[in-house]
Amino acid sequence: MIIDEKNSKMWSMIGSRATFGLTMLELGKENDLMVLTADTSTSAGLDRFKKTYPEKFLDVGIAEQNLIGIAAGLSSEGIEVFTATFGPFQTMRCCEQIKVNVGYMKHKICMVGLASGVVLGTLGYTHCCIEDMSIIRSIPGITIISPADCTETVKATQAAIKHKNSIYLRLTGGMNQPVVYNKDYNFEIGKGIKLSDKGDISIIATGTMVHKSMEAAKILEGKGMSAKVINMHTIKPIDEKLIDELSKDSKLLVTVEEHSVIGGLGSAVADFKSTLNNAPPQLFIGLPNEYKKSGEYSDILDNYGLTAEKISQTIENKYKSL
Amino acid sequence: MSEKKNHIKDIKIMTKRMRKNILDMSLSAGAESSHFGGGLSIVEITATLFGSIMNYDPKNPEWEDRDRFILSKGHGVLGYYTALHEIGLISKNDLMEFEKSNSYLLGHPVMNRKKGIEFSNGSLGMGLSVGIGVALAAKKQKKNFKIYVLIGDGECNEGSVWEAAMSAPNFGLNNITAIIDKNNLQQTGTNKEIMSVENIAKKWESFNWDVIELDGHDIEKLHETFSNKRNSSKPLAIIANTIKGKGFSFSENNNDWHHKVMSKSQYELALQELEKNDN
Repeated sequence: MIIDEKNSKMWSMIGSRATFGLTMLELGKENDLMVLTADTSTSAGLDRFKKTYPEKFLDVGIAEQNLIGIAAGLSSEGIEVFTATFGPFQTMRCCEQIKVNVGYMKHKICMVGLASGVVLGTLGYTHCCIEDMSIIRSIPGITIISPADCTETVKATQAAIKHKNSIYLRLTGGMNQPVVYNKDYNFEIGKGIKLSDKGDISIIATGTMVHKSMEAAKILEGKGMSAKVINMHTIKPIDEKLIDELSKDSKLLVTVEEHSVIGGLGSAVADFKSTLNNAPPQLFIGLPNEYKKSGEYSDILDNYGLTAEKISQTIENKYKSL
Repeated sequence: MSEKKNHIKDIKIMTKRMRKNILDMSLSAGAESSHFGGGLSIVEITATLFGSIMNYDPKNPEWEDRDRFILSKGHGVLGYYTALHEIGLISKNDLMEFEKSNSYLLGHPVMNRKKGIEFSNGSLGMGLSVGIGVALAAKKQKKNFKIYVLIGDGECNEGSVWEAAMSAPNFGLNNITAIIDKNNLQQTGTNKEIMSVENIAKKWESFNWDVIELDGHDIEKLHETFSNKRNSSKPLAIIANTIKGKGFSFSENNNDWHHKVMSKSQYELALQELEKNDN
């Protein structure tokens, strides 16, 4: 797939789910793989894949426990397997199947959590997913990737097929997403990317919050505060080397995620940072550990301070209190 | 004696050796105790499969065309490890290390293909889905091996069994056989007391499986059923009526022996009974 300005723009318009489907359509050409869904082929942008490669596609119906078990069985016979359904059903309904088949037995599959975070807020918290990174992080051997935009969804999906371990690919955001990357770049699982490298505040963000953090950094810049912005696309294994480096030259670390502040990016950073001598304090920005009234995506983000303006304000307040 | 009868007799002798090893393992496990009853109910099934029906190469346990066996009721290991011992994959010494600190033979199977243990099991209700994945792979790769999944009747309380049961006929998987070990008991009581599976044969039938009900201790019947060439496009469910704790007077149909420490005197008594049954 050609990564250029035009395609990046197109992918951002169709959103991460459809971009994942397009990427699979390409990967299906040359790879002996299987894509499994749980009555979610359309939601995963896989309708064309299903039509083009019927022998590589399987719908298990609305049965996520069976989804993971079947995926593991296929994988045990050497087949590269992707599963795709909405975040909560991909990670929690079948959590123990993931533990036993993927964690314990180490069968390699790539599990794609669609529309994770709170983009489906109008459908209620049954369809939102603010717990997935936390839950999957606790199961040994699973790499967790949360792409910053649709271009990175392409890069991460392509990388997943070559990756040795199982992957949980967490897709966030809706259609018409902002573009972080409009040309090709080096994407390496486990290596965070510095998007700007100036200042004594380090904003480490993942998923949809990467672009928001870039905007927040601009606002801070206007107020005379400089912040680095890091795209931490891989939550597990977390890039310890980078956290170490940032801790040495920052007065404040900030983590920003469209996920519960318990167990996600912030926790992963803090887990490692707590082992360092003289590390700076950390500001956790994310969704609180509560299920309140849900609603429009933008309203939820705004209510919980996950807009560029509010992120910058929260950082400014903390920074000034140091 | 016909060759077939001879063969059945060999499997029968195999079950006797397996029961002897089960006693030795249970005694050796000591305070760790073992899932005695549910291991004994499946002995004739595993002996028939490993002793006669399944294709495998003990010299090359990972042979890609081997038939696959999945012990979905993972606590039935006593009836599994002893069968793998019979085909030369697990040594007697290793059997005697069962549930000891550094043993690879734990109270539930831990995947170890070199020893013939296909998958890790223990959490109930997961084996059939994995078997379906393997069966799909076999079809996709145009392989003729078969997949046998042994499920407990209590295990059928798990909803995930039925997710899997619903899907196999939908995928036209006639290369997979589910064997339901219907011993009518589960951990803390009878099926009826805890969660009745009622007419389980009808349930599998209504999920569009071919269903055969038989006596799960009748080796001849098991052998005949497993050997029959099938022309069906459906998967096969065998409802095997069994006795939990089969083989010993104190354990048969006695749910105290679901998971229990064996005393030396019980061991001696069991040995005597095993000898007596030698006919």
